[in-house]
Amino acid sequence: MSAPEQASARSTLIANVEDLLAHARTMEAEAAERYDDLADQMEVHNNHEVARLFRKLAEIEAKHIAAVEAMGDGLDLPELKPWEHAWDNESPEATEVDEVHYLMTPYHVISIAMHHEKKAVEFFESVVENSADPKLREMAEGLAEEEREHVRLLGEWLVRYPKPEKGWDEDPDPPNLQE
Amino acid sequence: MSTNTASKPLTAKDFKSDVKPVWCPGCGDFGVLSSLTKVFAELKLSPENVAVISGIGCSSRIPAYVNSYGFHGVHGRALPLAIGLKVSRPELTVIVTGGDGDGFSIGGNHFLHACRRNVDMTYVVMDNQVYGMTKGQASPTTEATWAKGKLTPGGPGINPFHPLVIALASGANYIARCSSGDPNGTAKVLAEAIAHPGFSFVQVLSPCVTYRPEQRDWKKSTRPSPVEPTDDPARAARRLMSDDGLNTGPLYVGSRAPYQPELKASVENLADLEQEFLV
Ligand SMILES: Cc1ncc(C[n+]2csc(CCOP(=O)(O)OP(=O)(O)O)c2C)c(N)n1
Ligand code: SF4
Repeated sequence: MSAPEQASARSTLIANVEDLLAHARTMEAEAAERYDDLADQMEVHNNHEVARLFRKLAEIEAKHIAAVEAMGDGLDLPELKPWEHAWDNESPEATEVDEVHYLMTPYHVISIAMHHEKKAVEFFESVVENSADPKLREMAEGLAEEEREHVRLLGEWLVRYPKPEKGWDEDPDPPNLQE
Repeated sequence: MSTNTASKPLTAKDFKSDVKPVWCPGCGDFGVLSSLTKVFAELKLSPENVAVISGIGCSSRIPAYVNSYGFHGVHGRALPLAIGLKVSRPELTVIVTGGDGDGFSIGGNHFLHACRRNVDMTYVVMDNQVYGMTKGQASPTTEATWAKGKLTPGGPGINPFHPLVIALASGANYIARCSSGDPNGTAKVLAEAIAHPGFSFVQVLSPCVTYRPEQRDWKKSTRPSPVEPTDDPARAARRLMSDDGLNTGPLYVGSRAPYQPELKASVENLADLEQEFLV
């Protein structure tokens, strides 16, 4: 199946506003939980600056969960199992567990976050493109715009952090040496 | 362990303990932890009715990170411990977790007999084809030519152990392979494995990013199996003959009745109890 065909096949799983909001809620919740987990990991590995940044992102995503829940007030949102969503694997906004390194820098954190916000934009745009329901399209467009705004904000953050030089992940005293 | 006192259903987060994992950031075992906690929430289990049992290894640390009962046991001995627990407390959901070293080297014999005995539990092996905790030695599932191990210069030189083949030949009642890079797909398989009666075996390809960094590619190279699972062991065996180790999803779903001895209300003496375990 080609990428557009896949997007259209998946969009059939989002037939109405309730389905869309259920997806948006999972998206923010998975992203928030993963950021919190990554903050914990970085604390354990004494990378405190990065830990603080992941924690901040987790707090921001948690606010988004509340915002999506408010949008769904009075609606009966379906309870979807993790594997019943219209995306492969985890939600587009969740950082994947293997995307991190114990020596990563704030630059990497913001770059990863931007990458996932862009994937979230693409997801909502695919709903707009593949639906004929005006109400659903309008809400998906609103959510896509919200995510575009996050991409813009992260872009502003990113300029504060210099791109680390090659070799940033080299550790002269690594915690795990092969024996 | 905190338990479900409020009426609100528990979420995956509620099944994570307050202990922060010490795994290397990027380790595949984080994905498996996410799958397990998601599946406990989806199955609406209560922490006090779940026991996660393990041996020793990085992967075997999982019981500490899950909000349920757990036992971080002796290297290679998680399965006999879990069998004892399940037959005496059949109402518990028993999950056994560990690595390929723990399960197929020192614990290899227990693996055969756990499949054969078919007690109702789920065994999740986080297979990274290396001993992570002891710093990068070859394990039973390491390929013959892996030349990076300091104890095995030039590679172990022997064919790797094939966990799914052994599980099938030994009588496991549900057999599947997953990738930790797909936590939600893994959660789906784990939900089936836990619900299926008897001994369920789930191999999860879980990269060791420190000693086998090339395993990050599993995320791209694994693929859902193009065929549905079978209940025919001969057909499952034929599939395994052409398996390259990268197909994911359930392979075999059997119908053998689980082993569950009749429980006595009380035991008069230990010798009588011992008799029940003799085969
Ligand atoms: C009886 C005994 N023998 C050896 C060891 C050393 N040991 C600890 S963990 C381990 C292997 C771990 O490898 P694996 O089970 O694959 O788990 P991983 O760390 O890769 O997750 C070994 C040999 C031990 N702890 N106890
Ligand atoms: S050594 Fe390997 S298996 Fe152990 S925590 Fe690190 S990445 Fe994971």
